[in-house]
Amino acid sequence: MSDFLLKMTGVSKEFPGVKALNNVDFYIRKGEVHSLMGENGAGKSTLIKILTGIYTKDSGTIELNGRQMSPQNVLEAQAAGISTIFQELNLIPDLSIAENIFLGREPKDRFGKIQWKKIYVKSTEALKDLGINIDVQLKLKDIGAAIQQMVALVRALDINANLVVMDEPTSSLDDNEVKVLFKVIRNLKERGVSVLFISHRLSEIFEICDRVTILRDGKLVGESLIRDISHGELISKMIGKDSESIVSNKKKAIDFSTKETYLTANGISSGIMLKGIDLSIRKGEIVGLAGLLGSGRTELARVLFGDDQAANGKIEINGKKVSLKHPADAIINGVAFCSEERKAEGIIPNMSVADNITLASFSDITRFGFFSRKKQLQITNKYIKQLSIKTPGANREIKFLSGGNQQKVILARWLALKPDFIILDEPTRGIDVGAKSEIDKLIQSMANEGISILLISSEMEELVKRCDRVAVLYEGEKVGELQGEELSVDAILHTITAGHNRKLQGANK
Amino acid sequence: MNGKTLSLKPAVNGISFSKHGAAIIFILLMILNGIFTPNFASLGMLRNLLLQVFPIMIVSMGMTIVISSGGIDISVGSIMAVAAAALAKNLGIGIFPAIVIGLSIGVVFGAFNGFLIAKFKIQPMIVTLILMVGGRGIAQQLNNGYVISFYDHPFVELGLYSISGIPIQVFVMLLVIASVFILMYYMVLGKYIQAIGDNLRASELSGIKTFKITIIIYALSAFFASLAAIFETSRICSADPNTLGRFMELDAIAAVAVGGTSMTGGKANVIGTVFGALIIQLITISVNMNNINYYYSLILKAVIIIAAMYLQQFRTKGTK
Repeated sequence: MSDFLLKMTGVSKEFPGVKALNNVDFYIRKGEVHSLMGENGAGKSTLIKILTGIYTKDSGTIELNGRQMSPQNVLEAQAAGISTIFQELNLIPDLSIAENIFLGREPKDRFGKIQWKKIYVKSTEALKDLGINIDVQLKLKDIGAAIQQMVALVRALDINANLVVMDEPTSSLDDNEVKVLFKVIRNLKERGVSVLFISHRLSEIFEICDRVTILRDGKLVGESLIRDISHGELISKMIGKDSESIVSNKKKAIDFSTKETYLTANGISSGIMLKGIDLSIRKGEIVGLAGLLGSGRTELARVLFGDDQAANGKIEINGKKVSLKHPADAIINGVAFCSEERKAEGIIPNMSVADNITLASFSDITRFGFFSRKKQLQITNKYIKQLSIKTPGANREIKFLSGGNQQKVILARWLALKPDFIILDEPTRGIDVGAKSEIDKLIQSMANEGISILLISSEMEELVKRCDRVAVLYEGEKVGELQGEELSVDAILHTITAGHNRKLQGANK
Repeated sequence: MNGKTLSLKPAVNGISFSKHGAAIIFILLMILNGIFTPNFASLGMLRNLLLQVFPIMIVSMGMTIVISSGGIDISVGSIMAVAAAALAKNLGIGIFPAIVIGLSIGVVFGAFNGFLIAKFKIQPMIVTLILMVGGRGIAQQLNNGYVISFYDHPFVELGLYSISGIPIQVFVMLLVIASVFILMYYMVLGKYIQAIGDNLRASELSGIKTFKITIIIYALSAFFASLAAIFETSRICSADPNTLGRFMELDAIAAVAVGGTSMTGGKANVIGTVFGALIIQLITISVNMNNINYYYSLILKAVIIIAAMYLQQFRTKGTK
């Protein structure tokens, strides 16, 4: 018998147009905590879904405990001993803890009556085994998120799991709850259960995991004991850049120290995602926000746009304190925000290109509630020409345009507002190379006109290429700012790692 | 997109069936009635149709606004009853003040709907259910459940007034249809309403005050319901809080659905609703005039709604 619990060998999976997994090997040992790392689109979730029976593989083999398996659905995977605790818990809030644990498997006596006593005793014991003492008759909705996770876990373990898959279990937990979860994971390890632990937070990976497998673009990049890999190495493997191999393609340094400051944010805090961030941007400056997923980049942008309210901190625009309670407040102050979720938060799919472009600036072309269609078409045609938007006409519904052209329409919507400040969240995600370089140029020309820009991107090379200054975030804190000579992909990576180390030291104190 | 979809779209001489389906069905129904229904092709008949379609028409104009914003309003029938009862109760202080009271109470009820929907993000169906049930109760409470009649009050002249033989209701209808048409296609508010119905988050992030607009949407719907109630009350010389506007919400929703407004919000088809309302009323009339049991008109309406939904489904699929 090998000491491997799970052996996935040569697994491939193709979706129309995308090779999601390409000949990936993935092994988990008995009784270890293993992590699967990779940026968005690396194939992490596809692999997990194959393992847990949600998808079926195109080729390759899966062996669990030396036995070949090929789960066709979640139940089959469960029966084989793989239990999954999904990001969104599939528990029922209005039932008690005990009822949730035994849902669908209630022990019954010979008259078909549910043996409640047995359920309560067994549930209490199972939770006690994980180090949790709680009244199991409490309703699920009345207990904390961490305990809810535990209930899901007990339910999973009760189905005799050898392997527990936890997909982002900590995303909704606070620091103390994470500690409880980690205690339970260690407990599982002692009992010989393997855990596949997924998290965006590097510090958690380094704290709890024994081993890590790294995927990128659907391919296996590496596998290592966690103690043999440094944070820098892990990050550069995830994003696929050796720091030495990056030929710097940098923006020419401009001195902004004489330019007026446009926006200052001080001590922005919000829940666990933002912890006292300071940021200032000068007129015409392009500032990048770097950081891994979950570092608080988008959350900061939303606060600056009034879409979320910060619990603490103040924002000044042109030296005056502003209160941004709604995107409309930000827009009045000259702030625009181009969301990374183009479909969900950008386009109005069934409306025309013209309506989409003037959506945020209707008030400029409106008198007594009536908008001028002539002016609307003038503006639309101007931007169609200026941004070379490929559309059969201004009245074409935007949903028929390609992703890159939709993105240009959304950019035009914000440009039509004549903003002083634009926040661009992943403006080039999911669009083709040609449109990408056009949007690149557009960003620079906006800055040349004196518009301040906050650019969020997970591609560090692009940040280095486009930005005058880059602020680096790590788990909700600003861990550094880089500009001029210091700015490079290498330096960004080092700053993230340093931020991580500092945090570890802080935690150990 | 499959071949079936393609072949259905340009049905008659390149006219999109899904867009003009209601008009086509209406014309077909008129022709069929002209052939089979005795005494159908007459001016008196047309006058009747226009008078009887009046409440459905007015209420479905408001419903078009609500549905294109991604919502629904099932309280319109009860709001009609409340507005009518409030008006009838106050006729003593004068016709004009009574009308203002009736309309205002209706609008307040509608704004209440909108407020709950925007503030607590509860589904519109549930929120408007509150006033559908409660509103009917309030209307009855206003006169202890009795019908309020006023056969000799000068207010009855309003509903019977006509200009060169054309009932005033026809002019009110034209005015309301034109207003909603202009609102939805030429005014910013209409654009905002449809944008909210199509993508609420994107609208919010574009600086649209979705909270305020949601309140306006339901207030407008209630305003039109109350307006319909005032003319109906005057025409029948009484306000019956038990029956006035009963099932009106169903006819109005059916008219909007048949008219081709997307039930998931985003696109208002105002002219479609006009024909939708005419169809719903025409079915009732044809069944009556042919001495067919009333129940069959309900079944027929259901069939027409199914047909309309079926066509709509193709449209949404075809464009994705």
